[in-house]
Amino acid sequence: MGMTSAQKRGFGATLWDWLTTVDHKKIGILYLAGGGFFFLLGGLEAVIIRIQLMSPENNFISAGLYNEMITMHGTTMIFLAAMPILLGLMNFIMPLQIGARDVAFPFLNSLGFWLFLFGGVLLNLSWFTGAPDAGWTNYAPLSIQSPGHGIDFYIMGLQLSGAGTLMGGINFIVTIVLMRAPGMTYMRMPLFTWTTFVASILILFAFPALTVGLFLMMFDRMFGSAFFDAALGGNAVIWQHLFWIFGHPEVYILILPVFGVFSEVFPTFAKKRLFGYTAMVFATFLIAFLGFMVWAHHMFTVGLGPVANSIFAVATMAIAVPTGIKIFNWLFTLWGGSIKINTAMLWSLAFIPSFTIGGMTGVMLASAVADYQYHDSYFVIGHFHYVIVGGTVFGILAGLHYWWPKMFGKYLHEGLGQISFWTFFVGFHLTFFIQHFLGLMGMPRRYWVFLENQGLDTGNLISSIGAFFMSFGVIVFLINIIYTTIKGKKAPRDAWGSGRTLEWTISSPPVHYNFKQLPLVRGLDPLWIEKTEGNEKMTPAEPVDEIHMPNGSILPLIMTIGFTIASYGFIYQTGNKYWLIAVYSGIAIALICMLTRSLKDDHGHHISKEELERVGD
Amino acid sequence: MTDEMSTRKINSFQKQKNKQEMQRMVVSFALMIIFTLIAFALVMLEVPSTYVIPIILLLAFVQVGFQFFYFMHLKDKGHEVPSQIIYGGVFITVMVALTFTVITWW
Ligand code: HEM
Ligand SMILES: [Cu+2]
Repeated sequence: MGMTSAQKRGFGATLWDWLTTVDHKKIGILYLAGGGFFFLLGGLEAVIIRIQLMSPENNFISAGLYNEMITMHGTTMIFLAAMPILLGLMNFIMPLQIGARDVAFPFLNSLGFWLFLFGGVLLNLSWFTGAPDAGWTNYAPLSIQSPGHGIDFYIMGLQLSGAGTLMGGINFIVTIVLMRAPGMTYMRMPLFTWTTFVASILILFAFPALTVGLFLMMFDRMFGSAFFDAALGGNAVIWQHLFWIFGHPEVYILILPVFGVFSEVFPTFAKKRLFGYTAMVFATFLIAFLGFMVWAHHMFTVGLGPVANSIFAVATMAIAVPTGIKIFNWLFTLWGGSIKINTAMLWSLAFIPSFTIGGMTGVMLASAVADYQYHDSYFVIGHFHYVIVGGTVFGILAGLHYWWPKMFGKYLHEGLGQISFWTFFVGFHLTFFIQHFLGLMGMPRRYWVFLENQGLDTGNLISSIGAFFMSFGVIVFLINIIYTTIKGKKAPRDAWGSGRTLEWTISSPPVHYNFKQLPLVRGLDPLWIEKTEGNEKMTPAEPVDEIHMPNGSILPLIMTIGFTIASYGFIYQTGNKYWLIAVYSGIAIALICMLTRSLKDDHGHHISKEELERVGD
Repeated sequence: MTDEMSTRKINSFQKQKNKQEMQRMVVSFALMIIFTLIAFALVMLEVPSTYVIPIILLLAFVQVGFQFFYFMHLKDKGHEVPSQIIYGGVFITVMVALTFTVITWW
């Protein structure tokens, strides 16, 4: 399949195939591509920020544009780059790891992707008329008073893509609960599947807080309510609470999946079973649980009072314990292993010290008293980039190098991979390490310019130089992707020769039904178990028989277009009531799609036994 | 032959269970509607709010219980994981509400 049949089918048919796909692997790739695109966009915004801050009192961009730039950078990177890329990896890999042929709700999966994409596009269309400018945290009352439609784009864009994410989370939970292969008990699931599961639960509980907050904000801005307006009896701090009740779990949604990635990469390249599997699972849950009780550590300086501050400070520090458990378990996994170092492994190894620094500054910030000094300074910027770049981005890159051969059937080029790793790694520390000190010296975050001769000049210059190194690394990675697509070395099933989990038992890339026969899982690391017993393949759990697969559908895309039109209408109906036409017709399109979906029976299709036997495995 | 017998037995057992399940659903559904009517009635009859508020909260609490245990099958066997997740959600919601009450509105 794949290349040859795609070429035979012609461009139109291929496009149609991707627009209507409900295959979790294709949707995974779409997520990776969409997220990758927004990552480049967010990166460009970051470079513009760093150019502006390269020298004192610089005039590269105006103050207003600067505010738009930092807002869009943060929003894009969190919601449109990091999360979708993670959802992409989860989508592609998790069903393979549990031995499933698709996710539980393939239609919903596709709807989730389109909502994310159109939400992101909608948000970015704001660039033409004025982007949001109240920071990615969008605090009231600044956001309520911001003129123009920038904030409205923020609200509607995030509402759309947030709905998509919520659907993705629910889908993964149901898939993991219901669709595990015979013998795949919970405590035999690979760690990446576990972290997908727990991150999805976090999505399920955290996103509603954002949804509610955005709705209140929408009503305040568009329909004259006053939830956040103190002059009319509202309370601006409620926005902060709602945002961070979502926001702190969100940072764990970003980090847990990559904890899973590292827990796959280390055992594979150290040729050792993951150290402390049970403790790893337990620590994941503990982090998720504590992650919900610490949101007010972002609000220490709001004036919640000493009791509330102390409780949240202690809860926050407690999170360092399960995180520490994980770090030590990875180190013990490496200890005494026969280690093979390649690009995936380099990203993973680099993660450990980088992330630990981020965790350490986190504990420093968790001290409420000290936070009065750190808060809203470059120290915080240093902290969260160490955890988000040193953790999430390194993890994404490790995961991409590790699973690329599985997803696309070809190895990424090692040499290019190592060049991009080293430049990015050096650039990352150049950029962000010095920012801690800039913060301690008093440089506030989100300031457009800084003054000369206040001890901030050199630090900012170094930081900007680091950003160029990182950009270079990203460009080399892009070249690597292009090179690999054209000339990459073909990968076999067990691409690294030391795979342990089910995804390495099927062809690279997998056929669209994944498993010709569902495998019988006999323990943790099922492929490894078969290998130790001298078996080349998994023992099947069922005879070769007809496979039932879902049909593709264009409805999710049309439904999303409907919602997007409605969102546009909401944004502009404040000025001109004729825009309500867009609201009603957009919603009508979406409702008609839902009705069609509900009334039209679609039982999917079957792949016959004869066909399966013809293909071999 | 025996096989057929046993499946028939299972089927009738299943039927019985389904019927029971249906009965319970209908009863709890009826109760929920009655509770709602009571709540409305109390307000319309202008009973003093010192009584109305706690009574309505109590009714709401019971209704949520019905909703979870009967309609969302929390009580059923084989639903342990979904139940646990829902309990987690309840826990977080309660905690958030509590925090709001204590540090924002008090
Ligand atoms: C040991 C674990 C961690 C602790 C103790 C911790 C603690 C904190 C604290 C107290 C703040 C607020 C600082 C302030 O605004 O004054 C903060 C900010 C932040 N943290 Fe962490 N953190 C930890 C891990 C993480 C992780 C894993 C991530 C993401 C992957 C993360 C992402 C962020 C972000 C994005 C912010 C800034 C939000 C903003 O104001 O825009 N943190 N952290
Ligand atoms: Cu936090």
